[in-house]
Amino acid sequence: MYTFRFSEVFRYSDLLVSGALRSVGVTALTATLGLCVGTSCALLLLYGPKRLRPFITGYVEFFRNTPFIVQLFLIFFGLASVGLRMSSWTAAILALTVNFGAYTTEIMRAGIIFIPRGQIESAASLGLGPWHTFANVIAFQAVRNVYASISSYIVLLFLGTSIISQISVQELFYSASYIESRTFRNFEAYLVVSAIYLAIVIVFRLLSSLFWLLVFARRG
Amino acid sequence: MRPLNLSDFLYLLNGFKWTVGLSLAALVAGGTLAAVLVALRLFRSRALDTVLYGYVSLFQGTPLLGQLLFFYFGLSILGFDINPFLAATIALSLYTAAFLSEIWRGAVDSVQHHQWEASESLGLGRMATLVYVVLPQAMRSATPPTVGFLVQLIKDSSLASVLGFVELTRAAQLINNSTFRSFTVFATIALLYFALCYPLALLSQRLERRLSH
Repeated sequence: MYTFRFSEVFRYSDLLVSGALRSVGVTALTATLGLCVGTSCALLLLYGPKRLRPFITGYVEFFRNTPFIVQLFLIFFGLASVGLRMSSWTAAILALTVNFGAYTTEIMRAGIIFIPRGQIESAASLGLGPWHTFANVIAFQAVRNVYASISSYIVLLFLGTSIISQISVQELFYSASYIESRTFRNFEAYLVVSAIYLAIVIVFRLLSSLFWLLVFARRG
Repeated sequence: MRPLNLSDFLYLLNGFKWTVGLSLAALVAGGTLAAVLVALRLFRSRALDTVLYGYVSLFQGTPLLGQLLFFYFGLSILGFDINPFLAATIALSLYTAAFLSEIWRGAVDSVQHHQWEASESLGLGRMATLVYVVLPQAMRSATPPTVGFLVQLIKDSSLASVLGFVELTRAAQLINNSTFRSFTVFATIALLYFALCYPLALLSQRLERRLSH
């Protein structure tokens, strides 16, 4: 009969806390960078030069239709083998950013085309330049349109950051394998770490609905 | 460093076969479970709904990597031999059921409620209403996101490599370890995954467009 010994896992609680902070941190960083990439690509797709479109579509479809772990290996091991070496943290941040950027391109594009064309024309007829039209007319509505899907993709991004442990980035999931190697309590270690991910996801979902209620729900 | 040869490629193709097999196994088992979960909702029991909600939140709120290792080590605790394929199939099936039950529940709920009442007034029972009235409409709206989820499932099956199960990604890692041709090997399997996923993604988009017209 197996006896569960969680206390051995909790002896490493400082490692769990620092791992969790790093996972949240890398999610915040790559979500921000990825959103910038995605928004730029979406704007280029919609309003940019036509000959750029096949490249952007190719980028988006490649990263949406291949597994993240393969993208990560391709960037970390693959690029190193052709002479482009980078640290595992750099490779992880790059892979997460381009991956999230590909997903958000699609979401942002859909969010922007949902804004009635008439509004953009009215903005032009009021003498607003492209920047003011984007900042004051498009941006707020686009963000409101995509808010729900972006926040659920951020959850997927956060859960996906566990995969960067496979190239030895020391985040939360890596803490579990470290604790496992020290204590041989593999089941308990992965259970505890999964519970921490779940707790963070629940808190994030609560905060995200709260933010929606405060910022978007009341304005038309 | 040795050059890649034909047998390496055949080894990758063998892994590809297992990626397809694992995804199909999870789709069939997970889809069946999801259908049962959606059917259970017809009982309109608050307690049952809470349990289902908890199940879905649990599998959508934890990393798949954790779920895979949970079943991998969990099975050995229960006294089974370590079996990566079994552990991966169980974890991916439960994961699939969580997502598909959400998608299908949404599709069933999207059929307007007065249709249930109309059927009842025609003397149809709940089961008959479900089979003849609601499901045909729900299936139409559920197909595009279900095909879309299949793309996600195929990609996620790559994480079974962590358990040492030799599907496509694991096969590539093994060849990479002996040849060090990392870029060629991982680019090749990326293209193989793409060849599998992209047509499905296009199909899902096309079905969705047809639905909205």
